[in-house]
Amino acid sequence: MTDKILVNMTVNGMVCERWIEPRLHLGDFLREELGLKGTHLGCEHGVCGACTVVVDDEIVRSCLTLAVQADGAMVETIEGKSESGALRDLQDAFLERNALQCGFCTAGLLLTADALLQAEPEADRARIRDHISGNYCRCTGYHAVVDAIETVGRQRRSGGRGHRHE
Amino acid sequence: MKAPPFAYRRVASVAAASALLREHGDGARLIAGGQTLLATLGMRLSEPSLLIDIRGIAEMQGIAVTGGHLRIGALARHVDVERSALVAQHLPLLSLAAPHVAHAAIRNRGTFGGSIAFADPAAEWPACAVAADAALVLSDGTTSRTVEAADFFLGLYQTDLRPDELITAVRFPLPGRHRRFAFTELARRHGDYATVGLALAGDWVEGRLHDPRIVYFGVGGTPVRAVAAEAALAGGRAEPETLERAVAELGGELSPSGDLYTSAATKLHLAGVLLRRGIQSLIPGEGQT
Ligand SMILES: Cc1cc2nc3c(=O)[nH]c(=O)nc-3n(C[C@H](O)[C@H](O)[C@H](O)COP(=O)(O)OP(=O)(O)OC[C@H]3O[C@@H](n4cnc5c(N)ncnc54)[C@H](O)[C@@H]3O)c2cc1C
Ligand code: FES
Ligand code: FES
Repeated sequence: MTDKILVNMTVNGMVCERWIEPRLHLGDFLREELGLKGTHLGCEHGVCGACTVVVDDEIVRSCLTLAVQADGAMVETIEGKSESGALRDLQDAFLERNALQCGFCTAGLLLTADALLQAEPEADRARIRDHISGNYCRCTGYHAVVDAIETVGRQRRSGGRGHRHE
Repeated sequence: MKAPPFAYRRVASVAAASALLREHGDGARLIAGGQTLLATLGMRLSEPSLLIDIRGIAEMQGIAVTGGHLRIGALARHVDVERSALVAQHLPLLSLAAPHVAHAAIRNRGTFGGSIAFADPAAEWPACAVAADAALVLSDGTTSRTVEAADFFLGLYQTDLRPDELITAVRFPLPGRHRRFAFTELARRHGDYATVGLALAGDWVEGRLHDPRIVYFGVGGTPVRAVAAEAALAGGRAEPETLERAVAELGGELSPSGDLYTSAATKLHLAGVLLRRGIQSLIPGEGQT
């Protein structure tokens, strides 16, 4: 009954096909099956946001998505987004503003911030705080994170680095 | 936290989902967005042997205005409701509430119907459904029936849904032109389940409030309609004395239980705070009618 299921998804541009157990969540699939350990698992019940990845252009919790549910989907992780340079401006700003210390939360925060700035580069500090409310950071106290995201929003509005879809 | 082993099937129709529910009984669970179910499986609160993925069922999708109703398909995601121009135009209550439903990444997957079916006592959509006089469309693929939201929530996580039924859609009557809505909640962290929340509706006609709905969540096992507070406000101008009378009524009709963070007395106090705030944003400012 709990037989393995064949899934086929595109991860960071690479097509991959695997037989997997239905109970395997996408975070474990990425980390254990594909060796992509940039996606972190904190709470594994949807609260911390460390496991955030992009599925079909939308951020999701990889711990609350079954890998079998991502069959046929386009998945992007921090590895793919870093390699393509899509987050370069955010990554630079996080570094510059000390918006990370241990880095456990960082991949999730970068992807979450990028999703906001793509849709609303004009987001103000209150909006940024609402949007990242689902991402725990136990080190920074968030202030520096908001600084960094706000700075990049400003850069992107004035046509600086980084990219915008649409 | 790893889920126990289970089998997984995708279905394309309500009838197919219902048939699997009948065949497997308590061993089967529907999965829509999975944003509640997968968390509880990780905690091993239950160990179903089969998950039935209903996301591909076409008849349960979409948001539309038809026959005097705003129809929200059960599979519409929180984010679809949040961004819907139809919802903003016809039922702004839901647009006001949507940003409070969990966090962005969870709203991208969690569904409207899933939230109503799960019936968390601190969830936004069940209270909004009651406040806006919604009816739920339930079906086993052969027979479908309609249940008023006010009659659907029976107790803590208990609903009128039968074991082989699905919620297929939620139907909101289109509000008349005087109908106004307000929404307010208090939570420890934006996007978390509410400590106390309030969905309000009412007709504002020539400076008087008519047919109000005052529906709290987070203060009992189900959404709670504060009928005595409504009666205190109905037909009046919602001036401070009337409002205080309505707030005083809350003590008799809400019996919240305290939790780890908030005592019952604090919750009751906060319910009054929310009523004052909510009524203030419900009624138009000076000079408007
Ligand atoms: C960290 C976190 C914070 C959250 N905060 C909030 C919040 O503040 N407010 C809030 O309202 N919710 C919150 N949620 C829950 C979220 O909104 C869920 O998306 C929602 O409650 C369930 O919807 P789902 O589609 O994900 O359902 P699922 O998890 O797929 O299913 C939940 C239950 O409903 C049943 N079900 C699903 N769809 C149907 C249907 N159409 N017919 C019959 N039964 C069905 C399933 O069998 C299951 O038992 C939070 C979740 C997390 C992880
Ligand atoms: S690991 Fe997914 S939200 Fe914490
Ligand atoms: S940098 Fe350590 S948790 Fe955020």
